[in-house]
Amino acid sequence: MENLNGYLVVSAILFAIGTIGVLTRKNAIVIFMCIELMLNAVNLTFVAFSRHLGHFDGQIFVLFIMTVAAAEAAVGLALMIAFYKNKESISVDDVNMMKW
Amino acid sequence: MLGAYLPILLLVIVAVGFGLCSLVFSSLIGPKKISALKLSPYESGCEPVGTARERFSIKFYLIAMLFILFDIEAVFLYPWAILYKKLGVFGLVEMGLFIVILFVGYIYVWKKGALEWE
Amino acid sequence: MDMISIPVVNMTPILPEIFLSVLAMVLLLLNVFSPSGKKSYLAYISFIGIAATAVLVGAGWGGHIESFSGAVILDNFATFFKMIFLLAAGLTVLISDQYMEREECNHGELYPLILFTVVGMMLMASGTDLMTIFLGLEVMSVSLYVLAGFNRNNKKSNEAGLKYFLLGAFSTGFLLYGMALTYGATGTTRVYKIASVVGQMTLPSANIMLLAGMLLMMTGFAFKIAAAPFHMWTPDVYEGAPTPMTAFMSAGPKAAGFAALLRILLVALPTLQIEWSQLLWVLAVLTMTVGNITALRQDNIKRMLAYSSIAHAGYALVGLVAGNGTGTAGILFYMLSYAFMNIGAFAIIILVSKKGETNGNVMDFAGLGFKRPLLAVAMTIFLFSLAGMPPTAGFIGKFYLFSGAVQKGYIWLAVIGVLNSAASVYYYLRVMVYMYMKEPTEEFEWTQVTAPVALALIISVAGSMIPGIVPSFILEFAQQAVKLI
Repeated sequence: MENLNGYLVVSAILFAIGTIGVLTRKNAIVIFMCIELMLNAVNLTFVAFSRHLGHFDGQIFVLFIMTVAAAEAAVGLALMIAFYKNKESISVDDVNMMKW
Repeated sequence: MLGAYLPILLLVIVAVGFGLCSLVFSSLIGPKKISALKLSPYESGCEPVGTARERFSIKFYLIAMLFILFDIEAVFLYPWAILYKKLGVFGLVEMGLFIVILFVGYIYVWKKGALEWE
Repeated sequence: MDMISIPVVNMTPILPEIFLSVLAMVLLLLNVFSPSGKKSYLAYISFIGIAATAVLVGAGWGGHIESFSGAVILDNFATFFKMIFLLAAGLTVLISDQYMEREECNHGELYPLILFTVVGMMLMASGTDLMTIFLGLEVMSVSLYVLAGFNRNNKKSNEAGLKYFLLGAFSTGFLLYGMALTYGATGTTRVYKIASVVGQMTLPSANIMLLAGMLLMMTGFAFKIAAAPFHMWTPDVYEGAPTPMTAFMSAGPKAAGFAALLRILLVALPTLQIEWSQLLWVLAVLTMTVGNITALRQDNIKRMLAYSSIAHAGYALVGLVAGNGTGTAGILFYMLSYAFMNIGAFAIIILVSKKGETNGNVMDFAGLGFKRPLLAVAMTIFLFSLAGMPPTAGFIGKFYLFSGAVQKGYIWLAVIGVLNSAASVYYYLRVMVYMYMKEPTEEFEWTQVTAPVALALIISVAGSMIPGIVPSFILEFAQQAVKLI
């Protein structure tokens, strides 16, 4: 387990892909999937560090991130359904009622 | 060294064997009444015709959301299960509390009617 | 087989959290098992529960107990912030029922959700482990996403919920990545251990991983406290969310974000103060300026207060840039008085607006001073306090924030703050001009002030005035609260 940098690079790349996806995609569900990708990149970082440092704090953190992400997913889908019912679309281009 | 993997090999043999046996014997012994419906691909009970972009009932999403929530909570049971004996009564009580909290959510969902299909 | 020795867990520090969680679950069940109809009784029970929790929290003042092997702490800092959250939640519960009744979305789930939000915020304030802080933040955020989109039939509310959710989850990603890198750089998630590890580094400012972690965590929190340039979600979410929830969001979670940010920056990373205070300097100036300038051109009053709340986060950041006793005590004082004045102002907005969130423009306040003189006086007090005029709580708060900055030599920052505050007077005054100097445009029935709303207004007026007249009392508490951190 000496290849810490490899894991860190992979997770950094995943995180960047997620971030770019959030910023460029239009579909709310796809955006949310990109956010999940970011969170999983974080999970990978935590697990890699946890293994490298030789204690479990990082892995416990990952368990919490996973469950919290699930709760977020449920709430997010519910919000998207409510939005879709009123708007017939989940494209963020239609999230436009309020403008400055 | 490799001997440690023997149980896994046995498991694989049994699993594959069981699957093969049931396939072979059911085709040999079982009665065959072929109808159009039986030959069509299985698609979780839906009519397997039409476009793939058909809309699902909103109920599917609701159930899926609830499933995600209750399913993922199992990750907290996992470390407890591994150390079950070492954690003793304390762990049991803690996990009991955890389940009670989940159960409150379950009762809420149930009473709210989110689990009823019609 | 060896038994794992279970460390003695002292439950005292999280007793209020446990109490509130149990109450929230009971309310949730009560809501589904009771016949549908009026849900006002849930509001009363929540209010009593919140008051009881406040007593419980207050009893812990002066204590210093670490528990859960250093993941949670009970200290004056946490206690002070918990009081702010409970206050914000209590006032919100008082003003919610009437509004929800009017908008015909009085679902009982509102109150358990508010309580869960408070539990999350309290965990954030007392968390001394990145894990606890993260969990508290998420308990808070997930409930808030629902609260923002609570009015399911209102398109604006849908939009607010969705937007808040997407951007909130996005910012959580940054925060977590920052936490992961900090964990990697220091080898621990405990705030106090991070401090000692970083303190022993020969040159912590050269540790790229630590710096990146700090930067990402700050980005995450900047989203949560709505600091520019991460403020873009705020106006839309505040405008679209049901008004009582807007009031709550602008007071409670903002304070919670500051609590966690203060704890992480001042306790875990004081050795990097030069680095983070420079960044926060820029952030504070941007936040104040952007908030105030955009608020100038708003006609919708909720939106105006949203931008003004961005500006207020900027003022509070000034205290954090200073990072000294005066500045940080100023943040605590300011967050407390901001809860009073802002929720009070939103309560008046609820009374002026009508079903479907219409009548929410500054022009609709025309003639309020003649029609409902008492409400107009209350609104004037809130606006004065928001603008930071003496003798209100807002003035004293700003005074301490800016003098903290001056003490540390940030003269320019204080000057920019004062200039901003002067600019903000314009848009607050504009509402007053409409209230007192314009005739009402049309005749319409005013919403009745129910008893809970009246109580909320009285508390808010008292809270916006008394700390301004006798500031020493509350300031003493605030100074004791920041002493330990």
